[in-house]
Amino acid sequence: MIQMKKVKVVYRSSDTVALDGVSMSIDEGEFVFLVGPSGSGKTTIMKLLTGEIRADAGQIVVNDFDMRHIKVRKLPKMRRTLGVVFQDFRLIDNMSVYDNVAFAMRVTGARNKKIKQRVPEVLALVGLEGREKRMPKELSGGEQQRVAIARALVNNPRMIVADEPTGNLDPVRSLELMLLLEKINEDTGTTILVVTHEKELVNALNKRVIYISEGHVLSDRKGGYFDETEQ
Amino acid sequence: MRLNSSAYLIREGFRSIGTHRFMSFASVAIIMACLIIMGSFSLVTENINAAIHALENQNEVVAYIDETLSEDEARALQPQIEAIDNIATVEFVNRAAAMQNFMSNFSSYVQEGIDETVFRNRFVITLEDITFMAQTKVQIEAISGIGAGNVLAHLDYAKAFVTIRNVVSVISLVMIALLTFISIFIMTNTIKLATFSRREEIAIMRMVGATNSFIRLPFVVEGLVLGILGGALGFAATAGLYQLISRRVVASFGEALFNVVPLSQIALPMFAAYMALSVVVGVFGAVNAIRDYLKV
Repeated sequence: MIQMKKVKVVYRSSDTVALDGVSMSIDEGEFVFLVGPSGSGKTTIMKLLTGEIRADAGQIVVNDFDMRHIKVRKLPKMRRTLGVVFQDFRLIDNMSVYDNVAFAMRVTGARNKKIKQRVPEVLALVGLEGREKRMPKELSGGEQQRVAIARALVNNPRMIVADEPTGNLDPVRSLELMLLLEKINEDTGTTILVVTHEKELVNALNKRVIYISEGHVLSDRKGGYFDETEQ
Repeated sequence: MRLNSSAYLIREGFRSIGTHRFMSFASVAIIMACLIIMGSFSLVTENINAAIHALENQNEVVAYIDETLSEDEARALQPQIEAIDNIATVEFVNRAAAMQNFMSNFSSYVQEGIDETVFRNRFVITLEDITFMAQTKVQIEAISGIGAGNVLAHLDYAKAFVTIRNVVSVISLVMIALLTFISIFIMTNTIKLATFSRREEIAIMRMVGATNSFIRLPFVVEGLVLGILGGALGFAATAGLYQLISRRVVASFGEALFNVVPLSQIALPMFAAYMALSVVVGVFGAVNAIRDYLKV
C-alpha cells in the first residue's frame, strides 16, 4: 500500500531538508495516524503520496505506483486509487453536494447510470441522504467534510489520506468524523491515513500512530499512544 | 475520452459561463472593445486607401493618335492598347469630342474660328496600378499609329501618389499589427484573470484524478463560446457604428467628395477576421491561462 524507504526531500527554494531518511510501511486495510508538530514533514509526506512533489532520494511506492519515477501522464490514474480529504474540505462551491461527489466519478469516465446508483450510496454511508441538492455553503463544516469524505470514497479507492480533516471542526464533530473514518475502514477495508494534531482523538481511537519530527520518524507504534512530551 | 464524458464537459463549459457571470461578461466586453478599436482603425485605413485609389484613377494617361490616320483607323488601335497589361479602361475621344471638351473649359479665352482639325483623335486611358505608369507609357508609345512622345502621362503625380500610398500602407500595417498585439494581450490577460479565480477548482479536479484534457475541455468550450459572442457582438457594434458614421459623412460632405467604402463590400472579410481572431483568442487564451495550473 505505502512503502517508503530512506526518503529524502529538500526544498531548494529555502534550502530546507523537509524529510531526511524517512522509512515506513502501511499495509492494506490499516488505519494509521501520522502525527507531529508543525514543520515536522507531515504535509511533505502528503504531497509525496499525492504526487504533488517528488522525493530527492529513497524509494516511495503508493498503491503499486513508483512515486519517484511516475510519469506525469500517469498521475491522474494513480490519484484515482487514492481518496484525499483536506482540512478546508475543498469542495467546488458552484456544484451541488451530488455533483461534487459525482465529479470524482466523472473524471474516471463512469457512466451516468453507475453514477446515479453509486453517489446516493456513499452519501447515505456518510449520513448525508437527502442533502444531494444542497450547495456546499448551505452545509455546516462537519457536513462539508462528510461530502469531502463521500467524494474520496466514491471510486472505491484503496486508500484514503486525510490531511488534518478535523482542523475546522468542533470536538464533537471531530470525533463523529473520526468514527466515520473508522467505520469506513472496518466496513470496506479501505486503508486510512490521517494526518492530525488532535491528541485526544488519536488516543480515543487507539490505532497505529507514526510520530514524525524534523523530518525523521521518531516513533511508530500500535495502540493509539500519542504524547509529544515522551519524545 | 468517452462520448458520455465529452457531452458532460461541453455542458460544463456552458454552465460555467453562467456560473462565472461577471468574468464571462468582462471577457466578452473586453474582446468586443478590442475588436471595435482595432476594426475601426482598419476601416479608416481601408477608406483612406480607397480614397487614394480613387484619386489614382483620376490620373489619366492620354495617347494622341497620328494625325494622318482616319477616325476609323484610330479606333482600330483600341484592342492593341487594351491588350497591354495594367490597362484598366480605354476610352476613344474623337476630334469633335476633344474640341467640345476643350471649349467647355476654355471657351472664354479662345478666339473664334477654331475648328476640330486642330485637335487629334485620342485615347483616354486609366491604369490598374499607377506604380507602373512609366513602363505602360512606353508600351503604348510602341504601338504603331501612336509613337514616342505622343503619350501624355503625369509621372511626377503618379510617383507622389505611390509614395503617399506606400506611407499610408506602412503606417496602417504597423498600427494594425500593434493594435492586434495589444488587443490579444489584453484579451488573453482578461481570460487569464477570469481563470485565476478558478485555480482552486482546477486543483481539486487534479486531486480527484482528472486528466489534463478532462480539465481543459470545459475551459476550451467556455473560451470558444465567449470568443464567438465577443466576436459577433464586436462585429455588430463596429458595423452599426460604421453605417452611422458613413451616413453622416456622406450627408455632410456629399458622395462626390468623400466616397465611403460600402459596408456590404467589406462586411464578409471583416466578419471572418473578427470571428477568427476572437475564437483564437478565446480558445488559446483559455488553454494558455490554465496551463500553469496543470503542471503537477
